[in-house]
Amino acid sequence: MELIFERSHVGRGCSVLPACDVPAYDVPESLCRKSAPMLPEIAEVDLGRHYTQLAKQTHGVNDGFYPLGSCTMKYNPRVNEEMAALPGFTKIHPLQPVETAQGCLEVLARAESTLSEITGMDRVTLQPAAGAHGEYTGLLLIRAYHLSRGDTARTKIIVPDSAHGTNPASATMCGYTVVSVPSDADGCVDLDGLRAAVGPDTAGLMLTNPNTVGLFDKNILEITQIVHDAGGLCYYDGANLNAVMGVVRPGDMGFDCVHLNLHKTFSTPHGGGGPGSGPVGCKAFLAPFLPGPVVVKKDGQYDLQMPEQTVGRVRTFYGNFLVVVKALTYILTLGKEGIPEASTGAVLNANYLMHQLEGHYDMAYHGPCMHEFVMTLETLKKETGVSAMDVAKRLIDFGIHPPTMYFPLIVHEALMVEPTETESRETLDHAAQVFLEILQEARKDPESLHEAPHNAPIGRPDEVGAARHPVLRYTPVEA
Amino acid sequence: MGRYIPASDQERQEMLKSMGLSSIDQLYAAVPAQMRVKELNLPAGLSELEVRQVMEEMAQKNTQFSSIFRGAGAYNHYIPSIVKTVTSKEEFVTAYTPYQAELSQGILQSIFEYQTMICELTGMEVSNASVYDGGSAAAEAVMMCQERKRSKAVVSGAVNPQVLTTIETYCSSRSVPVQVIPAKDGKTDLEAMAAAIDDTTACIYFQQPNFYGQIEDGQGLCQMAHEKGCKAIMGVNPIAMGMLQTPGECGADIAVGEGQPLGMSLAFGGPYLGFMASTQAMMRKLPGRIVGQTTDAKGNRAFVLTLQAREQHIRREKASSNICSNQALCAMTAAVYLAAMGPKGLAECAHQCYNKAHYAQEKLCQIPGVSLVYTGPYFHEFVTTTPVCSQTVTQKLAEKGILGGLPVEEGILWCVTEQNSKAQIDALVEAMKEVCA
Repeated sequence: MELIFERSHVGRGCSVLPACDVPAYDVPESLCRKSAPMLPEIAEVDLGRHYTQLAKQTHGVNDGFYPLGSCTMKYNPRVNEEMAALPGFTKIHPLQPVETAQGCLEVLARAESTLSEITGMDRVTLQPAAGAHGEYTGLLLIRAYHLSRGDTARTKIIVPDSAHGTNPASATMCGYTVVSVPSDADGCVDLDGLRAAVGPDTAGLMLTNPNTVGLFDKNILEITQIVHDAGGLCYYDGANLNAVMGVVRPGDMGFDCVHLNLHKTFSTPHGGGGPGSGPVGCKAFLAPFLPGPVVVKKDGQYDLQMPEQTVGRVRTFYGNFLVVVKALTYILTLGKEGIPEASTGAVLNANYLMHQLEGHYDMAYHGPCMHEFVMTLETLKKETGVSAMDVAKRLIDFGIHPPTMYFPLIVHEALMVEPTETESRETLDHAAQVFLEILQEARKDPESLHEAPHNAPIGRPDEVGAARHPVLRYTPVEA
Repeated sequence: MGRYIPASDQERQEMLKSMGLSSIDQLYAAVPAQMRVKELNLPAGLSELEVRQVMEEMAQKNTQFSSIFRGAGAYNHYIPSIVKTVTSKEEFVTAYTPYQAELSQGILQSIFEYQTMICELTGMEVSNASVYDGGSAAAEAVMMCQERKRSKAVVSGAVNPQVLTTIETYCSSRSVPVQVIPAKDGKTDLEAMAAAIDDTTACIYFQQPNFYGQIEDGQGLCQMAHEKGCKAIMGVNPIAMGMLQTPGECGADIAVGEGQPLGMSLAFGGPYLGFMASTQAMMRKLPGRIVGQTTDAKGNRAFVLTLQAREQHIRREKASSNICSNQALCAMTAAVYLAAMGPKGLAECAHQCYNKAHYAQEKLCQIPGVSLVYTGPYFHEFVTTTPVCSQTVTQKLAEKGILGGLPVEEGILWCVTEQNSKAQIDALVEAMKEVCA
């Protein structure tokens, strides 16, 4: 379809601003740009239609099943959106005097206290804008803690080989060297490997639990103990919290700090890649280092304050505030019964779907899973030539968003499936049926699967060509 | 209690039964019993009707000012209706990062168009798909300039203090030295900055217009950086780009900025938008997502996430940044805003900001005890003295329903935009006369 620039015609436009009602003041020529930016000149009707067409080429949660592993694509409740659109929130300047922004501060304070309770932490900062931003913030706390004790020898962060790429990347941004520890045959942390990796240079361990293969690491207390005994701290990556909310808390597993993804676990939408929100919770001994300002309550009034030994700031202002409004709406809606019910529902749905596929597709790990499961299509590929990618792409023809592919890296030909709790039994039954149908196709007509999808707006794009000859912006064709 | 689970209790039981189970607890067998939560210490859940009341009550505790003369990093601009209509389309709102290009062409194309607009706005060659906000964009830009022998960042003291703190935070964790050059007459001190750049300096960072609203010598600063062998990063206000010399024209290596003025509401500080654009030479150092154009097997134009060899999911600890989720919907917001304004509308908006700020300054400075602190050319922010304590001034203005400028050390930092009508400005001046009397 056309680019918005290709719809542009000189002299067209939308009617937005009135005429200027004050006199014009001279602008020195030398300060001005030489030519106007090439922005579209387009009537409002065509602008609207352009994006409506783009919307039709976009698959959102409301378009169909979205079992994208590790991303928790649950339904995004509408009331959340309406609450975040209240003018009493959207029209508030972040530098208004605090006495005129008590409602905003109350939102932050209530989000902090409820998230603290859910994670078993003492304090929470809502400043980080996304999960990776939260990871970085949590590591800053760990770093500041060691340095405050004069412990400068702790230069390494331990990360399991099954971890998300953001974990090692965040550690590097925080100035740490990354030590990768292997997973055992069950996909959990290899305890001997961990014991061998820790030492006086260990700053901390980063871990998700349930881990990225969808299993709850039953040795978790031992794991966190090993790290603590070595003088390191334990960081909980909240990417998979949707399995255990209200069932078990990171704080009770021995973790010292944690980040959450409000855009996964707490039902705020992903917006095609953001804005998210990645709050960081910590135990009391790390609280003096939190980025600031944090919300405090004095004489019944909320105020903002920089923590004593703050690491500084990871961005301007207080975070993606409106995303926090949505998450708080969700938490207050679900309440103490609804939150664990969401998690148990997610685990039930994942097991239900896994149960239907087991025996047809190879599971990377056996036994009940948590909120997601990982299949390995290695044998299928050997037998038929059909890869995880082929199966994923074929799902698109059935209106199902593909699962996460080729992750975690320790599983070959991986497909990681996370149905979430907000899908009905019929949706799961249908998905299982589609998966089985594709399996039959793989055996009967593998060639056609290499070409899938067949009914999408485009066929498989040439990614290699895109990277080799980058075209990253539109350039008008010279007349 | 509200819930978003379709399955009834009976259905849940049936699903368990189909797996040969009787209780959900059996699925949690791996969780040690001593760790299990008995009950969360949270209030009971609420119906939608009740939760709306609770949230609205909180929103009502805030004061919504209809007359806003405060900026300092968050700007009160008009948002055309089409912006919210487009960006609240549920396909865009509820989609994930466009990993699967075949069913994400809408999002991918919108980002490609956004990247083009950011290049046009800044005069730079390449843009990424966004980062979190203006502060983290500046910090990431400093990280892009790191070389083996050149690490230090020399930062103008006339930049937004929160952006400066963000840069310092990012730098401290990587042991990157930051040298701040105190501002002189409300602008970057060129001589002191030149003296601070040595052969360990990776980059300079300055802001245009700067924190005090003053227009810097962008060209001179970029030239100075290059003569001394380091990179120049320029933080810019995107509305000002409708009028002022671009980073591209100044010769900057990287342009960054806070994209909030491009159609995002004030929203108590977020979600906002960090935009980042660079020269072609620095393309592979850009953090985060970048969308590229390609073709599918049939030769149709197609868009994909590209140059992923920079990114964390491929490179892990060697990635250029850890960023994964960005601010995609905010980037779309900016693109729709820029398309709605068009080149003429954006220029008009910039000129109205400029004219109204100058009109307001002229009138305010006729009040005894109110005078302009920094006298260089400025865009839409300026600092004045006040005859009485600036905190008292803004407090009294607030009582009159006006959000005055931000109290700063030198007095008050005012901001005037196209949203401030002449009548509003005149009313501010009258109110100031009373407050300062």
